[in-house]
Amino acid sequence: MDNQKVTVKEPLFHVAKRDNLKTKYKVLIYACAIILALVIGSITCTVIGDRGNPIVFFSSLFNGALGSERKIFKFLKDTSLLLCVSMALLPAFKMKFWNLGANGQILVGGLAAIACMWYMGRGTNGAISDTVIIICSVIASMVAGAIWAVIPAIFKALFNTNESLFTLMMNYIAQSLVLLMIAIWVQGTGKTTLPEINYGHLPILFGKREILTILMGAVITSAMFAYLKFSKQGYELSLVGDSQNTARYTGINVKKVIIRTLIVSGAICGIVGLLLTAGAVTPTIGTNTANNMGFTAIMTTWLGGSNPLFIAGTCALVSFVNNGMSEVKTNFGIQSDVYANVVIGIVYFLIIACAFLVQYKVTLRKKKKQAKENGFLNGEDKKEVK
Amino acid sequence: MEGKVALELRNITKTFGKIVANKNVNLKVYEKEVLSILGENGSGKTTLMNVISGIYAPEEGEIRINGEVVYISSPQDAFKYKIGMIHQHFKLVEVFTALQNIALILEKGQKYDLKEIRTSVKNICEKYGFEIDLDKKVYNMSVSEKQTLEIIKVLYRGADILILDEPTAVLTPQETKKLFAVINNMREDGKSIIIITHKLNEVMEISDRVAILRKGEYITTVSTKETNEKELTEMMVGKKVDLRIERVKTEIDKPLLEIRELSIKGDDGSKKIEDVSFYIRGGEILGVAGIAGCGQKELCEAIAGLRKIESGFIMHEGESLVGLAPKVIIEKGVSMSFIPEDRLGMGLAPNFSITDNMMLKTYAENKVYMIDEEELATYPKWKAFSIRAWVAIKTFFSRPFVDRKSARKKANKLIEKLEISTPSTETPVRRLSGGNIQKVLVGREIESSPNVIVTAYPVRGLDVNSSYLIYDMLNEEKRKGTGILFIGEDLDVMLALCDKIMVLCHGKNMGIVHASKTTKEEIGLMMTGSLNLSETKNKEYGKAKDSNLTEEEWQKQKEEAEKEGE
Repeated sequence: MDNQKVTVKEPLFHVAKRDNLKTKYKVLIYACAIILALVIGSITCTVIGDRGNPIVFFSSLFNGALGSERKIFKFLKDTSLLLCVSMALLPAFKMKFWNLGANGQILVGGLAAIACMWYMGRGTNGAISDTVIIICSVIASMVAGAIWAVIPAIFKALFNTNESLFTLMMNYIAQSLVLLMIAIWVQGTGKTTLPEINYGHLPILFGKREILTILMGAVITSAMFAYLKFSKQGYELSLVGDSQNTARYTGINVKKVIIRTLIVSGAICGIVGLLLTAGAVTPTIGTNTANNMGFTAIMTTWLGGSNPLFIAGTCALVSFVNNGMSEVKTNFGIQSDVYANVVIGIVYFLIIACAFLVQYKVTLRKKKKQAKENGFLNGEDKKEVK
Repeated sequence: MEGKVALELRNITKTFGKIVANKNVNLKVYEKEVLSILGENGSGKTTLMNVISGIYAPEEGEIRINGEVVYISSPQDAFKYKIGMIHQHFKLVEVFTALQNIALILEKGQKYDLKEIRTSVKNICEKYGFEIDLDKKVYNMSVSEKQTLEIIKVLYRGADILILDEPTAVLTPQETKKLFAVINNMREDGKSIIIITHKLNEVMEISDRVAILRKGEYITTVSTKETNEKELTEMMVGKKVDLRIERVKTEIDKPLLEIRELSIKGDDGSKKIEDVSFYIRGGEILGVAGIAGCGQKELCEAIAGLRKIESGFIMHEGESLVGLAPKVIIEKGVSMSFIPEDRLGMGLAPNFSITDNMMLKTYAENKVYMIDEEELATYPKWKAFSIRAWVAIKTFFSRPFVDRKSARKKANKLIEKLEISTPSTETPVRRLSGGNIQKVLVGREIESSPNVIVTAYPVRGLDVNSSYLIYDMLNEEKRKGTGILFIGEDLDVMLALCDKIMVLCHGKNMGIVHASKTTKEEIGLMMTGSLNLSETKNKEYGKAKDSNLTEEEWQKQKEEAEKEGE
């Protein structure tokens, strides 16, 4: 051959996919990431805060999240709400339908519940009993959430439109709808927020308002687990997600499955909307009612895989950091919400980065020395090279 | 074997997670020689070549070119070392001409001068004896022309070491001969050529030496002159195998599936199947030969009810299948299994466990609880009644749920019967090797005891042992009186296994021949369309004389179809 010299250096590292990492190591990697994230968060807060130090950071984080009975219940409530939304997204994600519209679905669900309370309770001055109003608002919120989810599903099933964009846009329509309804309801009162509605509040179980929400979280999670794992419908939707061709060949009506699954997904979001409005101390609604849970849940669902326990874990972690940071903010004298969000962002970032390490392993470049040690370059070989 | 070593591999190991694709492979390729890499599918041939061409980085070992240790971390690097790979799937721009496709590989700083490229390409063609029209657009080319273009592309770029990945898989016997002539010319010119293949006769014909891989491990390299096909197979499989395929003699029945004047359009609206008539009798295997993409897939999909037909009839035991839902067709006993190139496409869900894949077609059935009537009669009335009631309640409440228990039993049975190697019934089929995946698919199809089996490429990518297992399974079904439509790639196998062979060329039926009375060459000519037996014979070609329907009934069907058309 010719004497043209070419040299190519070996790259610094290789990335290779790894097979089934042991759960033990997985948990360990995630635990390290969380601790690392919190340490970085504590340093960040110390630097940007007016007072405080990293140790105070941890104590106020725990205090803020789990410091009192009230706080523990709030933590549990937030966790189960987020868990409910994750469970709503789970069947859709399993079907590879990227429902990014949970926020909107929650909002319209809540709006439907408020509408029931407004017209049936306030409108009739309590002529209709609370029980009837509650039943109506439960049904209305589920239907409303389902409708909001099923519109993109129908378009996806019939015209193969992109569901991510469609569901995302539905969020903004839901927000505008809420603003419109508030405007109609407060017309002529000169106010911009809804007045108190004292009809059709959700019942308080065992003396704690949060318990209903927590129970709902547990019920929906276990029901969804059974639905996906054991039911024929769950089997169908996983099949559609895994291979549409195979599903079609098996005789599954793919369109029907897409629409049906999104009805379930939307209805659960509707229930969350109901819990957030009719289940609150003072039922009201605004564009922030969903508290961006629809988006947070995308992350928790994705990180938790299809394992409800993992999803519950991530939901708890997110609620823990969220609730704890509000206390950290006061203790460190941080005024802006932005900084609190930075810490939460760091935690999210490191957990997601972890997902990469769990799936791939990185090997650094082997050194020349090593090659010699391995005996590739012994005398005989050198002669042959020459 | 004397001569200069062009390429040398030492202790190459490549792993994907737990799977070891290549383990301590040592290989030498000399200048001026053709080296075959022989191995069953899954033995790591393609992985090894991808390591050489820079697509994968090996975990261990080193590559030496002309005696120097090199690191190849991308196909660009490989080209710098004058290594060129011709993949199984061509990487060409469809709307460009041959010449434009060659010009695509120009590097930075090189001038886009089509005239100059044309002259140098023409030189290459003359030197090695390629026949190609440089101004033909790629989408108008046949598979063989596309392959020629790929080789020219690599040569134009100056490759000295050429790697061809299963080059003959898509060629007719005639085209294969041409390719081998070209390869010989290149060898004479001093190039090193590596051919990956699992066809033994080709190995014997073309190569100087054969390197054998088995399950990722390098076995040995032998000189072709000093070996024979039998010895190679034994080295490849690791034990003695019987290479004969049995053609079972059966009593043939009435036609089970009759297809007349069928036309089907493809996804792009072009006619993929045109006016094809044939029939399958019970206890008969009808092979379908043809170059890839000649309408085989469309034919399968039409029979299974997944694709609308343009015109014509699909009759199953005298009843029309046209327009029926896939589920209904399955219930009628027509089973279709199509193994696409990625081997997973239709019929299996890759992320599902074996158990879940087993119940793919039956998941919707309700669980049946058995009641032992005789035992029940011995019980007092109230007890018998309560047992009945309990069963009724169980049946009712189990309705929305899938019956995974009995599916698991079936999966276990199948694993045992077909020797599927898997950690458990709950392993996703994606994690199984190609052969085991296919065993699951074909095994399930046969398990559902169909009376017509349509199977496309059932042994695609299977090792020798598993292939024979599948042939045995098909023969077993044939004995039971099942009609089998076997769409295959390997003509040798089809000639041995099938009773009759139908040849498709661009969606047209070129003729149906008895496998025992035809030759590979005749089928090859029919595949390229140079020979058309159906034209020379009468109009009733491919129509059964003892049809399930009388002529009047066929006429009636036709009239009905016409009415619907209006």
